[in-house]
Amino acid sequence: MSWPKVTFWKTIVVLIFISGAYATFLRFTRGLGATTNLSDPFPWGIWIGFDVLCGVMMAAGGFTLTAVVYIFNLERFRPIIRPTVLTAFLGYSLVVVALMYDLGRPYRIWHPLIMWNPHSVMFEVGWCVTLYTTVLAMEFAPIVFERLRLEKALRIQHAIVIPLVIAGVLLSTLHQSSLGSLYLIVPEKLHPLWYTPLLPVFFFLSAICVGLAMTIFESRMTSKAFGKELELPLLVSLGRVLLVGLLVYAVLRFQDLYHRGALVDLRHPGYETDLFYVEVGLGLFLPIILLLNRRIRESADGLYLAAVLVVLGFITNRLNVSITGMEGTARLYYIPKWTEIAVTGSIIAAGFVIFALAAKYLPIFPESKLPKAAIRPGAASAPASAPVELGFLQKV
Amino acid sequence: MSKGILYDATLCVGCRLCEKACAEQNNLPYDDSIANQELLSEQKLTTIVTRGGKFMRRLCMNCQDPACVSVCPVAALRKMPLGPVTYDESRCMGCRYCMLACPFRATRYEWSKLLPRVRKCNMCADRVAAGRQTACAEACPTGATKFGERDDLIAEAKDRIAKSPDHYLNHIYGLEEVGGTSVFLLSSVPFEPFGFNTPKEPLPMLTYRVLSHLPDIVSLGGVLLGGVWWITSRRAEVAMAEGELGHGKKEDQEEGKSQ
Repeated sequence: MSWPKVTFWKTIVVLIFISGAYATFLRFTRGLGATTNLSDPFPWGIWIGFDVLCGVMMAAGGFTLTAVVYIFNLERFRPIIRPTVLTAFLGYSLVVVALMYDLGRPYRIWHPLIMWNPHSVMFEVGWCVTLYTTVLAMEFAPIVFERLRLEKALRIQHAIVIPLVIAGVLLSTLHQSSLGSLYLIVPEKLHPLWYTPLLPVFFFLSAICVGLAMTIFESRMTSKAFGKELELPLLVSLGRVLLVGLLVYAVLRFQDLYHRGALVDLRHPGYETDLFYVEVGLGLFLPIILLLNRRIRESADGLYLAAVLVVLGFITNRLNVSITGMEGTARLYYIPKWTEIAVTGSIIAAGFVIFALAAKYLPIFPESKLPKAAIRPGAASAPASAPVELGFLQKV
Repeated sequence: MSKGILYDATLCVGCRLCEKACAEQNNLPYDDSIANQELLSEQKLTTIVTRGGKFMRRLCMNCQDPACVSVCPVAALRKMPLGPVTYDESRCMGCRYCMLACPFRATRYEWSKLLPRVRKCNMCADRVAAGRQTACAEACPTGATKFGERDDLIAEAKDRIAKSPDHYLNHIYGLEEVGGTSVFLLSSVPFEPFGFNTPKEPLPMLTYRVLSHLPDIVSLGGVLLGGVWWITSRRAEVAMAEGELGHGKKEDQEEGKSQ
């Protein structure tokens, strides 16, 4: 038994977790008023705008890639399906954790399951997210079954995998778009650069784009961290699909702005206009220019850069919808309190750490053999005391 | 029959007795400092706003087709046949979507409490159900706030405007806004400076238009995805049977089965 080596990233993660633990204590002892900068005119902050809206978007690779492999039978993408499903399952689980902070009465999070209001978009999202998290758990299950050598469970899972994937794709289509529909109810509050009847379409398309970008991003990260070979030809194919997705999104976005007469809003310089340019610059223009260039599109670094830009750009887009675009009519600027940032930071950090642990102890990458140390009995059940190296975080 | 409230700003003297009666009715504290607050809050479910010497009353408008009722995922908010929009705190999980959705920003939250509730005027639902008028209407000394049958109040508002068209803005606020409300406002000056900015159409249609398509998307999507799978897997089977796939590919598929 030796102490884990202290590194820069590990120190950062530990500091984030300490601040997150203290913020959690404050949140559940003092209430929302004391620990957030939310108010009556501005009831939704980054716990919804980032943790939920962006979290669900970044977990969208799961349904995109399972559809590609299982429904479209493009077998060559199978090697990257496990890390993608892991990211999705982790993403949705963390979204549920984030919701527990944001809800005024978190112990009633199950209420929508029995107290129905089918006219509510939130009701529909609640049901879809619950069901899809269950589907993801079942899609992820074989990885655990394999590790535990449960042959029978594996066979059962294999028999139902196609209906499972179809259900997952349908549920994702519904709730990814419905996160945009949530804002259809505020035509007089949301800035015209973002309020459009096409919100559900944009949220669905951006989920697909970001799902692909996240797959490229995490493949690159894991290949660096675990020293395994990058599936470059696969990622190049994904990059081409991503380019088409971005082009479709960009054309539709500007058609919509034009037809609604919202392009004139861009003539007034200001806070909203600036952040609109950040959004389309990072998420659309730069990655489209990069990906149009064949040399960049077919290089690992170029793809990685484009993917990171897409993720950042669409995070800006969702924060613009949920925060920037809502501030003007609320007549205030919302800046999250440190407790809100600490909780969100801890949730992101938890995502990285759990991914690293899962990648270390579970057969996520089919071709790579498990390191001997990981199979030692007890190591998986007591990861806190085991010499967890978090190589993933170390090298990033 | 559906009830309503008619507030005539030209009769209001700004005495704030409606605020005081409302606080008593809802067991809320009321003192000078609360009286001086112009904004609605968890402690103040109605308020008199003053702009340029003119008064305006703000409260939950108890809409005919309320956005808050349509967005609530647990049906904690309900529209009563008598008019009031009520809140059942035992169902509420605190998502605050009602606050985001309310076009009048009339829903407030108990931010300071550990287990907060949504607070808003519920048009004295208990009193109205018992055949009484709302506390604010009962307390109003000038008749600026009047309780009655919704249809009668609309007729009376039209009548007042018709009798003194110079005295009133020709606009019954709440007659058409968001598809109609249970609270009507009359004024001699425009409503916008008092913070009213609402579309005419009922908001719930905006989301329901999309939600109503979901069953179609599920059934159509299910058949489509199932069909694509059937075609692509059949294609792979045929290719395999015809021996077009090499040995290595077969191994890939066998390995894939363990997924």
